[in-house]
Order: sequence, then C-alpha cells, then structure tokens
Amino acid sequence: MKLHTPFALLTLFFAALLAPTGAFAQQKLVPTQSSIGFTTKQMGVPLDGQFKKFDAQISFDTAKPEAAKIAFTVDTGSATLGAPESDAELPKAPWFNVAKFPQAQFQSSSVKSLGSGKFQVNGKLTIKGNSKDVEVPVALAQANGQTTATGQFTLKRLAYKIGENEWADTSMVADDVQVKFKLVVTGMGKL
Amino acid sequence: MSSESNAKNRYHTLSIVLHWTLGAALVFIFFFGVYMADLPFSPQRLKLFNWHKWAGISILALTVIRLTWRAKHPAPPLPKKIESAMPAWQLAAHKATHLGLYALFFVVPLVGWAYTSAAGFPVVLFGVIQLPDLVAPDKALAALIKPWHQTTAFAMAFLVAMHIGAALKHHVIDRDGLLQRMSLRG
Repeated sequence: MKLHTPFALLTLFFAALLAPTGAFAQQKLVPTQSSIGFTTKQMGVPLDGQFKKFDAQISFDTAKPEAAKIAFTVDTGSATLGAPESDAELPKAPWFNVAKFPQAQFQSSSVKSLGSGKFQVNGKLTIKGNSKDVEVPVALAQANGQTTATGQFTLKRLAYKIGENEWADTSMVADDVQVKFKLVVTGMGKL
Repeated sequence: MSSESNAKNRYHTLSIVLHWTLGAALVFIFFFGVYMADLPFSPQRLKLFNWHKWAGISILALTVIRLTWRAKHPAPPLPKKIESAMPAWQLAAHKATHLGLYALFFVVPLVGWAYTSAAGFPVVLFGVIQLPDLVAPDKALAALIKPWHQTTAFAMAFLVAMHIGAALKHHVIDRDGLLQRMSLRG
C-alpha cells in the first residue's frame, strides 16, 4: 500500500497537469442531452425517427481541429419511429438487420475549420456493413462548460441497403434520409 | 303521376349525382378499409392506407359540397300518400337515419384524420398536399381514438344498410315509386 502511494500521486499529478488544458483531453458525450434523429418520407408523409442509444469517442483540440478524431457508434436496434407497428419492422433484415449489424459506425478522416465555430467533418459512415464517405457540417456552441455540436446531412438509404427487396421502391419510401444530430460534450477547450 | 308533379317531387339532378357518387364511394371505402386493416406490414399495406386517407378526405370534401348544396336545394317532401301510409315509428326512423348518416359522414373521416394526426402520420393528400394535423401528435391520444374510426364506420354501415333496406321495401313491397325521385334515369 505504502509503496504504491507515491506512484499513485505522481499519476494523479500528471493527469491533473494534462486534463484541464484540454489539449489532448478526451471529450465526454452527455447522452441524456444528445439526440440523433432521422427524417424520411413515405408517399410524401414525413416520418421522424430517433436513435435512442449511441456513443462517441471525441478527441477534439480546439486549437488544432484538423487533428481531431471523432468516432461514433449508433445502436441500430434503438431506432424508433414512434409507432409500435413500424418499430417492430426496423430491426428486421430488410431494414437495419440488427442481429447481424447491431451497430452503425462513423469514423472521421478529416476535420476542417470553416470559422466562427463551424466545421466540416469528413469520414466514413458504415451501416449494415456498407461504408460510404460522408461530409458532415458541424456547428459548435459553448455554454456552461458544455459544448453542443449540431448539424445535419442527407444520406441515401439504398447506398447502405436500408430497406431491401420490396422496400427498395423509392416511390414508397424516399431514398433521401435527413440525419439530424445534437451532441452535448464536456471537457472541450474554449473555441 | 304526371311528369310535371314527378319533376317537382324529384331531387335536384346534382343532388342525385352526389347521392349516388358518394353512396358508391362510401360502400367502396368501407370494404377497402375492412380489407386493408388486416394486411401484414408491407409496402402494399402502407400504400393502401395512404389511398384510403386520400379517398376519405376527398369524400369528406364532397360531403361538404353536398351538404352546402342541400341547404339551398332541400330534399323534396315525402309524397302525401306515402307519408300518410307510414306509421309514426317509420317516419321517426326515416328522419333519424338521415340525420345519423349526415352526422357520420363527418364524424367517421374526422375521427380517422384525428387518429392519423395523433399517431404522428399527417395526411399528405395525393402524396403532395400536407394537410394540417387535427390534433397534436400524442401516442396516448392515438390509442384512445383508434377504435372509434372503426366503430363509427360500422355504425355508418349499419345506417346505410337500414337506408337501403327501407328503400327496397318501398320499391319492392310497397311499390309506391318513391325511388323515382332519386333515380339517375330521370
């Protein structure tokens, strides 16, 4: 016990030295304040859905945004359209095939500052084993020690085989899906 | 009956056309609704549900036109001979059935519209025109409304059956020529 104490103190010291600067700190997602929604159209009828479970690993130095790394996982089984009838379908093979692909991933490849808290994040989005390059505009806003990242982008569901076979008909369910997110993170340096 | 008094006792031509058009449409949409309600989840089911909503809204719009038209062109009074041959309960049933039918012409589609609004699926007429929500999306409210579209539709079907039954009784049993005034053949 005694022998370990100085080492533990040393560790704490370095941890304390590194953490508050934010330089290489890992930011933490606040899931309860964050949301990922999606909207598509079924014969013109807007359908709004949500993913209830997701996580992010964010390493974002505000002084060096181009070095930022953003990784994302979304539990495909947590998708809901708010209606029991359609929610029963989403996990099935033609849609998210949750049994085989329980998670969708995003991994950033580059982050570019566009000024005034706006960034362009490029990366790979993988859903159902299909990877596509996506470009995501992100706006950051800070208040009370928290940073809120918001943005939206459009993806083509058929590129990821979301809605196969009889559901591939885009006159029934549109190919375009708007993804809208609001992510609250802590531990980010001042913009 | 001379052709002159016959003309006076007839409904207006537009009233007749609206009656038969909407009558046929209501019978069709009723069985359409009964059929689609039991379909498994599929694109076909979603398509038919949308068509049903479009048809329901169209029928509702035509009903508004029909009732507005009827306010200016009321139904011809029952021929004296027929009226005096009817017992009081039949006259009461005759009035109540028509009143009930007109009420349900509005209630059934409005309840359906309210349900789909509450369920979070707004009606987009013909896939193009998004109609306003009758009530705000609310799952609990949707569950509350849901059975009433069917219940009121079956109530309307019951009244339609009474209406057709009574019309056939006049035509086949009484042979009083009452149906002439609603005949498409003039």
